[in-house]
Amino acid sequence: MLKWIVLAPLIGAIINGLFGRRFLAVFGQRATEKLVGFIACASVGVSTVLAFMVFFGQLWHKQPDADGVRRILDHLFTWLKVGSFQADFAYLLDPLSGVYILFITGVGLLIHIYATGYMHGDPGYYRFFCYLNLFMFMMLTLVLGDNLLLLFVGWEGVGLCSYLLIGYYIKWDVAGSAAKKAFVMNRIGDFGFMIATFLVFTNFHTISFVTKYINGVEVSSFLAQAAASPTVAVGTLTAIALLFFVGATGKSAQIPLFTWLPDAMAGPTPVSALIHAATMVTAGVYLVARCSPVFVKAPTAMAVVAVIGAATAIFAATIGIAQNDIKKVLAYSTVSQLGYMFLACGVGAFVAGIFHVMTHAFFKALLFLGSGSVIHGMSDEQDMRRMGGLRKYLPITYSTMFVGWLAISGFPLLSGFFSKDEILWRTWSTGSLPNNWGRALWVVAAITAVITAVYMTRLMVMTFWGGERFTGARNDHHAGAGHASSGHKDDHGHHGRPHESGWLMTMPLIILAMLSIAGGYVGVPAALGGSNQFEHFLEPAIAKVEPATATHTGAELAPVMAQAESHGAGDVAQASHEGGHDVQTERLFTGISSALALLGLAFGLVFFRRNPLWRAPKLLEDKYRVDEFYDATVVGPVENLSRDGLWKVVDVKIIDGFVNGVARLFAALAGALRYTQTGFARNYAAVILLGAIIVIGYFIVSFFGIRINI
Amino acid sequence: MVPLSWYLALSAVLFTIGVVGVLIQRNIISLFMCVELMLNAVNLSLIAFSRLHTDVTGQLFVFIVMAVAAAEAAVGLAIIIALFRSRETLNVDEADLLKL
Amino acid sequence: MEFSHILFLGLAALAVVAAFNVILQRNPIYSAIGLIVVLCSLAALFLTLSAQFIAAMQIIVYAGAIMVLFVFVIMLLNVRAEETRIDKQKYLKWLAAPLFLALLAEVMAVVQYVNLTPQPLPSANGAADPQGVLGTVENIANGMFINYLIPFEAASVLILMAIVGSMLLARRERKEDVERIEKALVAQQEEEQKYEEEVAA
Repeated sequence: MLKWIVLAPLIGAIINGLFGRRFLAVFGQRATEKLVGFIACASVGVSTVLAFMVFFGQLWHKQPDADGVRRILDHLFTWLKVGSFQADFAYLLDPLSGVYILFITGVGLLIHIYATGYMHGDPGYYRFFCYLNLFMFMMLTLVLGDNLLLLFVGWEGVGLCSYLLIGYYIKWDVAGSAAKKAFVMNRIGDFGFMIATFLVFTNFHTISFVTKYINGVEVSSFLAQAAASPTVAVGTLTAIALLFFVGATGKSAQIPLFTWLPDAMAGPTPVSALIHAATMVTAGVYLVARCSPVFVKAPTAMAVVAVIGAATAIFAATIGIAQNDIKKVLAYSTVSQLGYMFLACGVGAFVAGIFHVMTHAFFKALLFLGSGSVIHGMSDEQDMRRMGGLRKYLPITYSTMFVGWLAISGFPLLSGFFSKDEILWRTWSTGSLPNNWGRALWVVAAITAVITAVYMTRLMVMTFWGGERFTGARNDHHAGAGHASSGHKDDHGHHGRPHESGWLMTMPLIILAMLSIAGGYVGVPAALGGSNQFEHFLEPAIAKVEPATATHTGAELAPVMAQAESHGAGDVAQASHEGGHDVQTERLFTGISSALALLGLAFGLVFFRRNPLWRAPKLLEDKYRVDEFYDATVVGPVENLSRDGLWKVVDVKIIDGFVNGVARLFAALAGALRYTQTGFARNYAAVILLGAIIVIGYFIVSFFGIRINI
Repeated sequence: MVPLSWYLALSAVLFTIGVVGVLIQRNIISLFMCVELMLNAVNLSLIAFSRLHTDVTGQLFVFIVMAVAAAEAAVGLAIIIALFRSRETLNVDEADLLKL
Repeated sequence: MEFSHILFLGLAALAVVAAFNVILQRNPIYSAIGLIVVLCSLAALFLTLSAQFIAAMQIIVYAGAIMVLFVFVIMLLNVRAEETRIDKQKYLKWLAAPLFLALLAEVMAVVQYVNLTPQPLPSANGAADPQGVLGTVENIANGMFINYLIPFEAASVLILMAIVGSMLLARRERKEDVERIEKALVAQQEEEQKYEEEVAA
């Protein structure tokens, strides 16, 4: 059953990929669009339905395994078996992957439907949906894989699909370069992933997430091994964790491998929404959460994750304030929010991180799709400085984006508020980092929250409120080169006013808006009166943090807030250094989070209503010149080395020289040997005579000794 | 009595002269005659050994060698005639078409 | 020094001098005459070795037929003495003497080995051959037609081949032959072309 969740999009991809062109030739553009779009959405729809069925029908009611985790395993075949190394092609559904497949398929389906409207008129329609379905297949493989190798297949696959889709406008050079940049940076992260996998296998002798029988011996998963007893040195575990985090850095765009994500906005907007907001970039968080038993045993790694997460969050937020392209603002916002998720994982609140992944998928997809609707309605205008006052022209888009704006800023009672608040609280109260680091990180995260609200408000103000700035500038846009949009999308002939998009595009917006509002309620912490079903459900699948100063007594569970609360006088060891759970403090911080959000919103509204075209400091607008720095330090030297060193010396001189040299050697030999064939019979006779003398001489010497008596 | 080795020595000298003649001579027909000289030297040596063992086989050998020499002379001269017709020269160095 | 020795030495000297004449003369007629002298002196030596029949054969066949053939061909081709043309292989002149000496030395070494146990040839009417029938016609006929019949017959076939071959090789080109050959060549070329076209298609 699980396999059909994964394979349905693959089938859609194959049909669209193989036959799309023929459809185009036979049916013409319009009918093909309907057919291809239907096939694509139907395959994802099948996935979605099955995912919900399996999740709520089977997993929900399943009995937990021996270690308390509910699992469903769908084994297809044994893929690789070499000695003691075994990698199966099997899908594992446990709470963690279950949550992921729900929002991947759900949000994915909505984005597919949106894309059928957005990509209308594009000649490569079938190609787009083939890649999109392929991406779904890869992402689901990543999330449902039961061992590191299958996860890596999905990992690489989503990277590939990201490349294909970012570079979808094949005639646009910028898109091609952005696609390559994304792929190469991903690859750097993949290197870390691979080394980590090797280390895992060397130390734990298995790369599987479940217990397997290898050669008749039962081998438990490396996660269980890591959690059970410290047979592996902490240093090794730290190395493994850090290397996995390097992989996550590449995939989820953290410092230092984040520069590809803003450039990836060169792809079509549904791609940005699906891949670079909701799904692919969350793969890194998935990896960290999945390997949490390893992480919790390596406190140094956790600290690194937390610090980098927080740093990325504030770094990207400050850049986001300065951007003028609507999609770039959202891109940097994604990087910033991903920083939040990693911060959560780093302080041990993996569940909170996953919660934020889910809510972020809702509101960020909403924001991206909304921005796509704006761009579409403005006939491919992406610069916010030329927008303004669109509220009356794009009502549905405006109202849905309004919801998204509030959600991401952490406005109380929306989904984003709950997840962000949870992260902030956990950061402050964490027991896994050295003293007061938690508090310092909280300060960073809090400032970031304010900046988030500010730049999102700026986006809303510049786009939807205030005076209309687009009439005069539109003519320039059409006359000028613009951002090469003329090559890849046809204007719908709406050179006049901005227009609202069709129902295919607005319906997903509405649904996502509803999810953004309501999606947070599954995770309301107990301190605020909720039952936090989310946390209960996910908990057993994810490791708990051991407190930094714990005495490692029997029950070494760091206090889980909601559980302690709901179990009343729990039997949880009160070993955390803050001396137990404090509901009051949590409620206080909730209030502080709300205040921060409102503060940011208010400031943004006031400031940007007055001067919407405020220019940020050049440094921020130049993205801190990180790209230029990378160019100078990494890309430039590598290019020079390749060109002058590897190409000119190794390839041309050594390899070609060797091969050509062999040929020249033989030619020279032949040239020398040519002189023996003179054609003169007397020469030949002389040589024969000479040879005969030598041979006879040899025989004389050997038979008769060297005696010549004359 | 004349020892055997004298006859052999004479045969060796004649043979060597023939060999060197093949190297030196530029006229094809003279070249051919030097080859005949070599054959005769061998004939002498065969007859000497036949005398040593008092066996007529050596002489029969010589008989056959002479027959073969005759045939070879005939064919060889025919070739030389054909060569001369196309080339108008009897210089053996002119026949160098096998050169690379 | 017995008479036989003197006889041998004289004949040997004659043969060697004539042989040098053969190789060193420019005019092929002179070389031919030198060769005839060699043949005759060898025939005499054969006589001293009780090979009467062979000696006669030598004179009749070798000197009388083969050398005559040579002389005919020389005269037919109207060969004159070699003008002093540029010798393309000058080095052979210098190489010849050393090679001569080398080969001679080697063969002499072998002969010396034979001489370690000097074997005088048995006397003509000695114990081995009391009647002196070694080289007589009957003896040779006996050996040839009884023991070595097959080589004899093979030699006759060989001579037949030689006859046919030499007639064919020395033939003047007739016009019909030339045309026939050219036609055959052209046909063969066309066939090759057709084959190549087939392969390429």
